[in-house]
Amino acid sequence: MFIQQALNSLQLGSIYALIALGYTMVYGVLRLINFAHGDVFMVGSYAALFLAVSLHCPLLIILPLTFIAIGALGVVIERLAYRPLRNAPRVSAVITALAVGLFLETIMLATVGPEPKKFPALIITTVYSFGSFTTTNLQIMIITVSIVLMMAVDLFVAKTRTGMAMRALSWDKTYAPLLGINVDRIVSVTFALGAGLASIAGIFVGLAYPVIDPYMGIMVGWKAFVSAVIGGIGSIKGAVIGGFLLGAVEILSAAFLPSTFKDMIVFGLLLIILLFKPQGFFGLPVQKKV
Amino acid sequence: MDRKYIGPLLFAAGMASTLCCDFLHALDPYVAQIIMYIGINIIMTASLNLVNGYMGEFSVGHAAFMAVGAYVASFFSVSILPHGPWSAVFFPLCLLAGGAAAALVGFLIAVPAFKARDDYLAIITLALIMITKSVFENLPWFGGPQGYSGIQKYTNLSWVFVCATATVVVVRNLVNSNFGRGIIAVRDDEVAANLVSVNTKYVKVLAFVVSAFFAGVGGGLFAHLIQFINPRTFSIIKSTDFLLMLYLGGSGTLAGPILGAAIWTILLELLRFLGIWRFVVAPVALIILMIYRPLGIMGGKEIKWFRPHPPFPSPPGEGERIKQ
Amino acid sequence: MKRNFLFAISSLLAIANIVFLFSCDKSDSIKIGLNAELTGSVPVVGKSCVNAATMAVAEINAHGGIALADKTVQVKLLVEDNEDKAESAAAVSQKFVSGGVLAMIGPNASRNAVPAAVVAESNRLLMISPWATNPKLTENKKYIFRACFTDDFQGNVVAAFVYKKLGLRRAAVLFDVASEYNKGIAMVFKNSFVKAGGAIAAFESYSTGDKDFTAQLSKIKASGADALFLPNYYNEVPLQIQQARRTGFTGPIVGSDSWGSEEILKLGKDLMDGLYFTTHYAADMATAGAKKFIADYQARYGSKPDDVAALTYDSFGLLFESIQKTQSRDPEKVRAQLSSLSKFPGVTGTMEFTPGSGSPIKSAVVIRIKNNAFTYFDSINPL
Repeated sequence: MFIQQALNSLQLGSIYALIALGYTMVYGVLRLINFAHGDVFMVGSYAALFLAVSLHCPLLIILPLTFIAIGALGVVIERLAYRPLRNAPRVSAVITALAVGLFLETIMLATVGPEPKKFPALIITTVYSFGSFTTTNLQIMIITVSIVLMMAVDLFVAKTRTGMAMRALSWDKTYAPLLGINVDRIVSVTFALGAGLASIAGIFVGLAYPVIDPYMGIMVGWKAFVSAVIGGIGSIKGAVIGGFLLGAVEILSAAFLPSTFKDMIVFGLLLIILLFKPQGFFGLPVQKKV
Repeated sequence: MDRKYIGPLLFAAGMASTLCCDFLHALDPYVAQIIMYIGINIIMTASLNLVNGYMGEFSVGHAAFMAVGAYVASFFSVSILPHGPWSAVFFPLCLLAGGAAAALVGFLIAVPAFKARDDYLAIITLALIMITKSVFENLPWFGGPQGYSGIQKYTNLSWVFVCATATVVVVRNLVNSNFGRGIIAVRDDEVAANLVSVNTKYVKVLAFVVSAFFAGVGGGLFAHLIQFINPRTFSIIKSTDFLLMLYLGGSGTLAGPILGAAIWTILLELLRFLGIWRFVVAPVALIILMIYRPLGIMGGKEIKWFRPHPPFPSPPGEGERIKQ
Repeated sequence: MKRNFLFAISSLLAIANIVFLFSCDKSDSIKIGLNAELTGSVPVVGKSCVNAATMAVAEINAHGGIALADKTVQVKLLVEDNEDKAESAAAVSQKFVSGGVLAMIGPNASRNAVPAAVVAESNRLLMISPWATNPKLTENKKYIFRACFTDDFQGNVVAAFVYKKLGLRRAAVLFDVASEYNKGIAMVFKNSFVKAGGAIAAFESYSTGDKDFTAQLSKIKASGADALFLPNYYNEVPLQIQQARRTGFTGPIVGSDSWGSEEILKLGKDLMDGLYFTTHYAADMATAGAKKFIADYQARYGSKPDDVAALTYDSFGLLFESIQKTQSRDPEKVRAQLSSLSKFPGVTGTMEFTPGSGSPIKSAVVIRIKNNAFTYFDSINPL
């Protein structure tokens, strides 16, 4: 039973982690909480649905295509809504993010209609039974691909020049440009990457829970945000750990405790974690100049 | 006319007109309901302004205070207090009870706020909303997920007017007092504030408690207006609504929440004919506003009438620009 | 700055005036308000409701309108979206009160209908909900009616079906704890099933919006239940069934009238085959009147009417019948007539109201899903 729930947690956790990565990277570079991120995830799901149903693309084509398309969407949002506010007080940008989220939800609602849609089964699911627990090839695929992606992002940020630039920007916004870093370009890359990862999460959610609707990004978005903060916002490792932790807490509390208290327990636990580690697990200690 | 008479005169005029509307049914009930919604939103946004605007925190938990106020006030009016034609007299008691309960929750939240700021506080207040929702869903005395019904419609224009005025006046007086300077000091630079012997812990607790109290009162009014509440109503989306109204109007000013609440509520009602597209038009309008006027409609300046006699400190947002 | 402020205030006042003007009515027709869930989590319900309502009103207007004592008047339908939110449903209710409608039809989901009913009752507005089955809706109310049966009745029907027809003794339930309808009927089923002699092996819940039920379903599988009752809405059930099957649960899965939309077949496809649910009517065993309704609806909208559409059509039928019998547009008289209406031949069956209760006495049907379609299985009559 425990292994079963552990596998379920890994699946849910991977999804939260992928979305949390987007939050944390954007925060690191811009100190902005992109509240529209959850809705970008939802748009990714619908984009994949469109590709699968109208253009009959197979999964292997859908994954990269959606990544690129939604990455582009992320860049467009940044360009139109966030760049003009780069020097404005933070809260204005946050409100704009909320407004963008609302806008995305409603646009999807108005164009595809409010009825939940069925996400096609793009891979044939085979169930593997191992005695007391079962798993499917889908679950294994989601977990492995997610982990691979996370490692790729980590490598990208640690080893490439663009990644180095991202890290530099997250440490010092004023002086990094003086070293020849093109702030606009790096920010666009960050948004593209974050949005792309969220769209992959959207595809996985569509495959694992095949009914999608325009409002599904809200709760998932907030939970992924919580994961990012628990792990320490601005830290990539933190986002990953936070995502898996949240997935585990959610599944395990529903499994071993009365399910009516699930939300209360999950968030209560999170509060306690924050009380002891107010910067999150891997949070960068914030230095304040007085 | 001497400036100090304008306030009380306006208040008397306002009371007279709301009492007329209530007892003579001078106003179409639908319009009256919209005005009451605006009033309640003003209470919520003005109280949120104290924590988010003047103290510079980022709390998204306002809906939780509203929920606590709504449930406790309803509990008092439905289960505890006697029923009868004169029981409307007990309505202020119920509101006070709701406010007090919410203030207690505000106190509980202020404690973690000592250490956490900004985004971490956002998480804590988000957790508060989830936990509050879950608690009300599971407690049997409050009707559970079915919600609480059978609430009498005690809210009328006069009560909303009185409470809204009270909220704005209290916030104004608090902000223009010594405490207020402490609150703004915490916003601008907490460490420096500590160094100049501002008791930051006390200031934070006070701000949260007062803010939560009025949010609770607003919740009580809300419950007695729609006569039915359930946990779903007080979700993160409701908190987001108040945040939008606050920053639309301009946080850190007194007129900001009033304008923001009024404009957002009316705009959404007017745009009803657009159907679902009103939630496309309204956010786009908000984004454009934010780009050209990032500090909201008031732009960080206070209208002359609300300013206290000696000229007063910095508009919000400037401290933010200097920070890294 | 002062000028700006004054400008803002005066424009606000101007806007308020305009809104006020728009809320005055000017014509002679009978206005009926429709309080529907056009957006939110069950928009298909709202859409069916509006479709059936528009059709009902068009039909009667085509015959010249409703015949009153002195003249025949046309019927005007006012449609408002309650956004599937409790306070919006109440606000729409209030708007209809001010708008001078004769009666309000809807809302459909119990969580919206109950608050709207509170407003309607205190303003003495006649209200008929087509689809809300929660008993609280009409409790202690004079002006609130419904066209469907209540969950008290439905919960018993499902329990009896599982116990007697399916012959199973250990049932499990997975329901949405945050929703009035789901929790209500789950409780009735539990009590009824235990009273009949069965046992509830597991009683799990989740919160609206959850998508992952594997934890609860694993618990259900481990409890050894042989039947699963899912009294949840059509957008959640296919996910729940899929995850239940993946845990290895092979027993029959039973639902309630919230399954009744054909959307569930689109979302669930093969998963739904062989499953049962209780609902208000079955398209394939309809009476002559019902067959005509189905044909007309299909011709007009291109799809078969679901139970919400049929019940909405019946709500209008009940209302028109009451108005025509009293020949007056006085809401009090119409209400009195409706509360004692007997043997009304609705599309969803014969209905009878008794004074003092807003819920009609009528039968339920059990539907079996076969070959991606709803097929009639059985009828259960009230005792």
